[in-house]
Amino acid sequence: MTNDRMTTYRTSCLPMAVCLAMLPSVASIQTSRQTIRMIQPRMVKIFGAGGIRGLHAYGTGFLVSPKGHIATVWSHVLDADSITVVLNDGRRFQARVLGAKPQLDLAVLKLQAENVELSYFDIEQTASVGPGTRILAFSNMFNVATGDEPVSVLHGVIAARTNLSTRRGTFEIPYDGPIYVVDAITNNSGAAGGVLTTQDGQLLAMIGKELRNARSNTWVNYAIPIGELKEAIKQITNGNFVAHKKKPDETEIPVRYHPLDFGLVMVPDVLYRTPAYVDSVLPNSQAARAGLRSDDLVLFVNDELIQSCRTLKVALGRLESGDALRLIVRRANQLVQIKMNVKK
Amino acid sequence: MFYVIVVVTHIGAFATSDVCAVDPAVFEAQQRRVAVVQRIAPTVVAIFARGAAGSGSGVLISADGFALTNFHVTSSVGAFMKCGLNDGVLHDAVIVGIDPTGDVALIKLLGRDDFPHAKLGDSDKLQVGNWAYAMGNPFMLATNFQPTVTFGIISGLHRYQYPTGTFLEYADCIQVDTSINPGNSGGPLFNEAGELIGINGRGSFEKRGRVNSGAGYAISINQIKHFMDCLRGGRIVDHATLGATVTENVEGLVVVDNILEQSEVYRRGLRVDDEIVSFAGRSIRSVNQFKNILAIYPKYRKLPLVYRNEGKKEKIYVRLRGLHRSSEMTPQRRRSRTIPKPEDPDRKKPSNKNPNGKDPDRKQPNRFFPAASNLPENHKHLYVKKEGFANYYFNTLEQQRTLTALKELGDFSQRIGIWSFSGTIQAGYKFEFTLADKGLGLEIGDDVYFQPLDGSNFTDEPERSGGLLLALYHLKLFLTRGDAVFTEFYYLGSEPLDGHGEKVDVIVTLLTGVESRWYFSRKRKMFVGFDTRLESDIDECEIRFAGSQTFDGRKLPQQLIVRCANRKFASFDLETVNLAVAPPKSSRTDRNDQ
Repeated sequence: MTNDRMTTYRTSCLPMAVCLAMLPSVASIQTSRQTIRMIQPRMVKIFGAGGIRGLHAYGTGFLVSPKGHIATVWSHVLDADSITVVLNDGRRFQARVLGAKPQLDLAVLKLQAENVELSYFDIEQTASVGPGTRILAFSNMFNVATGDEPVSVLHGVIAARTNLSTRRGTFEIPYDGPIYVVDAITNNSGAAGGVLTTQDGQLLAMIGKELRNARSNTWVNYAIPIGELKEAIKQITNGNFVAHKKKPDETEIPVRYHPLDFGLVMVPDVLYRTPAYVDSVLPNSQAARAGLRSDDLVLFVNDELIQSCRTLKVALGRLESGDALRLIVRRANQLVQIKMNVKK
Repeated sequence: MFYVIVVVTHIGAFATSDVCAVDPAVFEAQQRRVAVVQRIAPTVVAIFARGAAGSGSGVLISADGFALTNFHVTSSVGAFMKCGLNDGVLHDAVIVGIDPTGDVALIKLLGRDDFPHAKLGDSDKLQVGNWAYAMGNPFMLATNFQPTVTFGIISGLHRYQYPTGTFLEYADCIQVDTSINPGNSGGPLFNEAGELIGINGRGSFEKRGRVNSGAGYAISINQIKHFMDCLRGGRIVDHATLGATVTENVEGLVVVDNILEQSEVYRRGLRVDDEIVSFAGRSIRSVNQFKNILAIYPKYRKLPLVYRNEGKKEKIYVRLRGLHRSSEMTPQRRRSRTIPKPEDPDRKKPSNKNPNGKDPDRKQPNRFFPAASNLPENHKHLYVKKEGFANYYFNTLEQQRTLTALKELGDFSQRIGIWSFSGTIQAGYKFEFTLADKGLGLEIGDDVYFQPLDGSNFTDEPERSGGLLLALYHLKLFLTRGDAVFTEFYYLGSEPLDGHGEKVDVIVTLLTGVESRWYFSRKRKMFVGFDTRLESDIDECEIRFAGSQTFDGRKLPQQLIVRCANRKFASFDLETVNLAVAPPKSSRTDRNDQ
């Protein structure tokens, strides 16, 4: 509140020295309009995969190096052969995913262009603030801006700094570290990968993915502090980050069994969370004998909730030979239990 | 949602009174805000349909009761509506003019001549980050007509929102994070000083249902200013097209990719692949920008366009064509053709850009014209139904106001005989016009031009004048017979003369396919010139008046300056004028007039 009132104070030509004396920490405050002008050139619009109903094909990112590295959120938008990045001034480039850290919901892109003059955020110069701090949120929510049009700006305050308690069925994302919760409505299509800054333009956090509590149908407006992302961004941009060839949660744990080993053909894994539907069951396979059918939705593997094809693969990958395998699937509107043994 | 806002506001109020360490500037700013809200709240209107469900918001802009709102608010409430002000008083109001494409409607509240009204701001001066207040009647909460106030910042400017399958295109609009919800439609967006900067009408609504999700859109007040006099004239106003479409080429330049050969802009020399440098005085760097500019002007407006053809820059003035055919602007056609419900999520989107703009009001325009039953008895005379008009009554008022300038010139009504003017053109040649009922003639030096009036085709006579002879004949009809002789005769609105001159009120007339526009200086209250076009899609004859002299008690110009197709044809200095009274057979001199 204070910062902006100061702005008003200054623009109304009242004695500025008085208020500066009372609040010495605001000496470097610029007006929010100056901040907006400063931040906009560092924001980019990202266009990639999606476009079918329910999945937007656009997102937001922010430049983190003079060489064209862009931090953004790890999402389906990046799952495309060609990713287009449009700068604030309308310049348009192709970009590729340099690396990603899905545990942080983070991806770093690199513009495929050399010797381009760019504004960028110095991620070493970030701030950490508490509740009540006024913020600005920059993102291309709803894809309102195209070409050289600047991204949308919202204002608000930090409502809380807390840990995101990701729980299955409530907030389903891999990240469970500290977050800022804000009262600006940042939880919108295409807003993820945007930034929160202070009123005077210090980088605070990256706006997170749309996140809904499935039980209460409420949405949380949150952002991941840059401090949490900084090391990963640096590692990826410096090239000393081991980029995951495969999806990380497949590589970090053993993959001893695949669905096919049981005779299960799952639906193509095209989304970040493709529901674990059985596409078909190989005839005479173990799954067929156990009674699985196509269109069954796998809900539990040995009491572990299965949210997607990916988590199913992970759950099956962890099995040891000789384990009992207990599946609960939804068939029409009924839950069906299936039991198998894991063979060698 | 609303209750949460109220609670937060109250906590804020308690906190500020308890904590003494708060900077005085904060309190001052708060006081200023409170003062602004108190000052502007009386201008905010809650609009209700008479005896029916449906409502919206509006804002008063003049002491005599003119108020702005959204077209999609009035289209569902009919010609008369009830409007509540924050003093708790309910007023009758009548529709004045509508702009269906721009989603704007002008209404007039009745019963007072001292309505509190908002000052119009300058939306071109806004910057992203400026504070903005929205006021109105979201969720129909204001049963006592006290408007709800929400406060936020300008999130984006010059936004383009595609028509969501309806007529309602939001171009060059203002995006705010100020909370805009159903019922806010038509209500005002104010800047920090309490000046009106826009009319709220849309939001990006997606998964949350029809409530604010951080992106509201307002029609800029500067756009509405371009349309204001057209709306005051009771018209259904159309938007414009250039007759050419543009695209961005590989170098990022905005170039013409398609052009109508019968368009004026083609006749002025614009061709495919020419680069558009500036339009209406704003430089063009993107297709959206071009569309934004085009969409804020009404049909027929004349605008400057600078283009580059093979390195050579040209500046031209072009009169814009209508975006829709007039048949499309009539309510029945439109209703059956193009108005799907905007909230239909499965509707095919016109583009992947900005597909989310929706009107916050659930009710969709389904009725343009009121059932006769909703006309209140004591105000019935304030509504006159006529095709092409939202309320022809207001057009007649504007005609009367504009045409008072003609009375200054004297009474021409009896002078229906042969008219003749003679004098000198600038090259030194003598000229003489003769305007009779059988035909029209002009002699310049040894050259003779003739336009018969026996039903044969009208021609560009003299050649390259745009049909000067017929234009002068229409002047004679206009001065002698007025609206009685033309098949169409209406007040169009105001515009800068020739795209750059003084503000003029425009009367349009139509007779046997010949359209004329008659220009009256708003400030000087004078008849300053006219354009006559023989048929559509050809260049018109433009006649401007200079000086004034009196012939036989009637004021006429000293000079007629004639232009056509951006070129000067000639200036005629009038020296002798004869305006005969009697029919041609008996009219030899103007002395017969007694």
